[in-house]
Amino acid sequence: MKTHDAHHAPMSFWQKYIFSTDHKIIGIQFLFVSLFFLLVGGLLAMQIRWQLGFPGKPMPGGGILPESMVVDGVILPEYYIQLVTMHGTFMVFFAIMPLLVGVYANFLIPLKLGAHDMAFPRINMWSFWLALLAGLIMLAGFFVPDGAPRAGWTMYAPLSARPDLSGATLSQQLWCVSIVVLGLSSVLGSLNYITTVINHRAPGMTWFRMPLSVWALFITAILGVLALPVLQGAAIMLLFDQTIGTHFFDFGAGGQPLLWQHLFWFFGHPEVYILILPAMGMVSDIIANGSRKPIFGYHSMVFAIIGIAFLGWIVWGHHMFMSGMNPTLGSTFMVSTLLIAVPSAIKVFNWLGTMWRGNLHLHVPMLNAIGFVSMFTIGGLSGIFMAATPVDIPIHDTQFIVAHIHYVLFGGSLFALFAAITFWYPKMFGRVMDERLGKIHFWLTFITYNMTFFPMHIIGMGGQMRRIYDPTVYTFLQPQQPVNVFITISAFALFAVQFFFMFNFLWSLKRGQKAPQNPWNDNGLEWSLPNPAPHGNWAPATPIVYRGPYEFSAPEAGDADYLPQTKKLPSDPDPVPATLPGGH
Amino acid sequence: MRWWLPDAGSTFAGPIDTLFLVILIITGIALVIVEVGVVTFVIRYRARPGRKAFYTHGSTRAEVIWTAIPAVTMVALGLVSNHYWVLMKDKNSVPPNAIQMGVHAKQFEWEVSYAGPDGTLGTPDDFTVRNQLHIPVDQPVAVQLTAEDVIHSFFVPEFRVKQDAVPGMNITAWFQATKTGEYEIGCAELCGMGHYRMRGRVFVHTPEEFNTWLAQQAAGGSE
Repeated sequence: MKTHDAHHAPMSFWQKYIFSTDHKIIGIQFLFVSLFFLLVGGLLAMQIRWQLGFPGKPMPGGGILPESMVVDGVILPEYYIQLVTMHGTFMVFFAIMPLLVGVYANFLIPLKLGAHDMAFPRINMWSFWLALLAGLIMLAGFFVPDGAPRAGWTMYAPLSARPDLSGATLSQQLWCVSIVVLGLSSVLGSLNYITTVINHRAPGMTWFRMPLSVWALFITAILGVLALPVLQGAAIMLLFDQTIGTHFFDFGAGGQPLLWQHLFWFFGHPEVYILILPAMGMVSDIIANGSRKPIFGYHSMVFAIIGIAFLGWIVWGHHMFMSGMNPTLGSTFMVSTLLIAVPSAIKVFNWLGTMWRGNLHLHVPMLNAIGFVSMFTIGGLSGIFMAATPVDIPIHDTQFIVAHIHYVLFGGSLFALFAAITFWYPKMFGRVMDERLGKIHFWLTFITYNMTFFPMHIIGMGGQMRRIYDPTVYTFLQPQQPVNVFITISAFALFAVQFFFMFNFLWSLKRGQKAPQNPWNDNGLEWSLPNPAPHGNWAPATPIVYRGPYEFSAPEAGDADYLPQTKKLPSDPDPVPATLPGGH
Repeated sequence: MRWWLPDAGSTFAGPIDTLFLVILIITGIALVIVEVGVVTFVIRYRARPGRKAFYTHGSTRAEVIWTAIPAVTMVALGLVSNHYWVLMKDKNSVPPNAIQMGVHAKQFEWEVSYAGPDGTLGTPDDFTVRNQLHIPVDQPVAVQLTAEDVIHSFFVPEFRVKQDAVPGMNITAWFQATKTGEYEIGCAELCGMGHYRMRGRVFVHTPEEFNTWLAQQAAGGSE
């Protein structure tokens, strides 16, 4: 304990901000990098939408792209499939996943548990640098001969394994290498989060006094450490098929194309929960805060997180109902998939229960958290259509599934991220984001987001397939082309209103109002520190925890409507035995 | 512009569309409950001076209710769905009197093979037509799906039929058209840069028309 001061000698800029081992700085590094990739993914999406809304028409600004992608401003089919591949890849692996896990597992776990840092700070630094390296390798795909990968973000073999059939060679290999590096980053990060949660909780921070955000991030880390290696293994097999002549996925030589799908989705479905559980956790914290009420049914919320994570391992076949997999297997996967509705319903109704008879402060994080609840509900319910196998037949691989995934990952994860970024911004940067800009951003996003993604359900029911370059090729799709135009215009508007967020985020870094110590009157441990929190957090001291994180409006709190976890009331016993606090 | 699934063109459309409607009603009710709850609570319980939140950690009874109702609904939905799923996709459900045809998918076309005059597929008198599937109305058809190069997906929206064609696998997809006319086959699995133009056509004939067409083709007739 006494030797901690050695860590906090003045550091050079490079030590402090670039090769930092401070979990908070690493979280902020992840934040900037993944917001950049979010922007890249968004720009790719705009080009996809241009082509679907106005197929064959010159794209504004398309002239700056090389002839191998765009000719006379018109997107080429081979560039279009690069766009869909890379939009999915960047958004899933380099935007949403690092925003939720890289940023908030890093930033929140030690702060919310009263630890001085992660269990393995140097490994943590490596986790960030490997993620950045993976992102740059993936981005490099656009700048090699033949352009970016072309087999969809799901990389189905044999298309992905055969350069002669996909038309891309080097970038397909880069995709595999990037995924292997990213997986390593993810595994290192996850091991760190798991160890920290198990070993570095402050005295009194029992398992069932942990905030739901930490519970969700903890369970997510377990999913990550088990799921990512499967994808890495699959990516290495694919790389070998591409380069050294193995035939894992090549039927002609005894391989099996469906093997890729099983491996990919065995990773891929837990991955979906990696992309939503942290969002659910953070939204739970924010809804309790905004409602000034304890979370409704805390224990069942914890068990619902565990239940979703467990079921997440036995549903991967629902991506493969049409794949030629034995239909009897389809029946079992249908039942396990439908059962996920149960823990999901528990969560949604418990959030509603939390708001019920509360005292709702509709600050920007709360607005976005409520947006999350109402939009995630649509995404969850639309999943039931695809889970019911006969109904999946007409809508499988159509725009309906595109609508579904965007209701979960944009309406769900991204709204939760807008909430989380605004809520913990003061803790990161010592300033508060502008309230008015935040509200304008929320409402405009909410409206244009629904205008963009809701009609996709309808054109998907009409049969519009995913990843087709030009829907007007099909006679049966031509009548619904006006809807595609509407979606495209809405998507441009949705993209444009994100500048309110971008401006607010950057402007507030320097000009935002100075944050008070506890700007949201929250109970969490992190607010017992100054904003931004110093390197080492509480070191050399350690906070002591007397209660759970959701004691808003507790009678013992007197006039205040919140009761911090660290506040000792005369009736509170000292926690024994005290676990050893975190730190290094 | 349609706001619903495409026109029904096969015997599968009835149960699938009904099931779709049932799920739409169930999810619609759930959605209305949640969204009305959200909006009501936001209006009714918004912060006002002097207002204090009701301090509670939950209610076991309420939680049991909203656990049990979705669980029962989902299990029931699963059972009903499975009945039709088996009927449509299980190998043993293919009617024995189904007309056998072969569809071989490759970048970027559908090669349809028909049994020749002997009526059996896989014999030397078979003949092949590119991108055209001719079938008789009101009679079950079993398509042997294979693929040459990468994974494709055989999709006829009006028939509510979709089945991947996988290299190295021979998958049977069966259906029974209920209306004569012309429909489109789409590829529903990304299969390369020509994925979007991998379009075929289905012609549903009356039995007489179909037999005439078959005889013509078998005799080496044009078209």
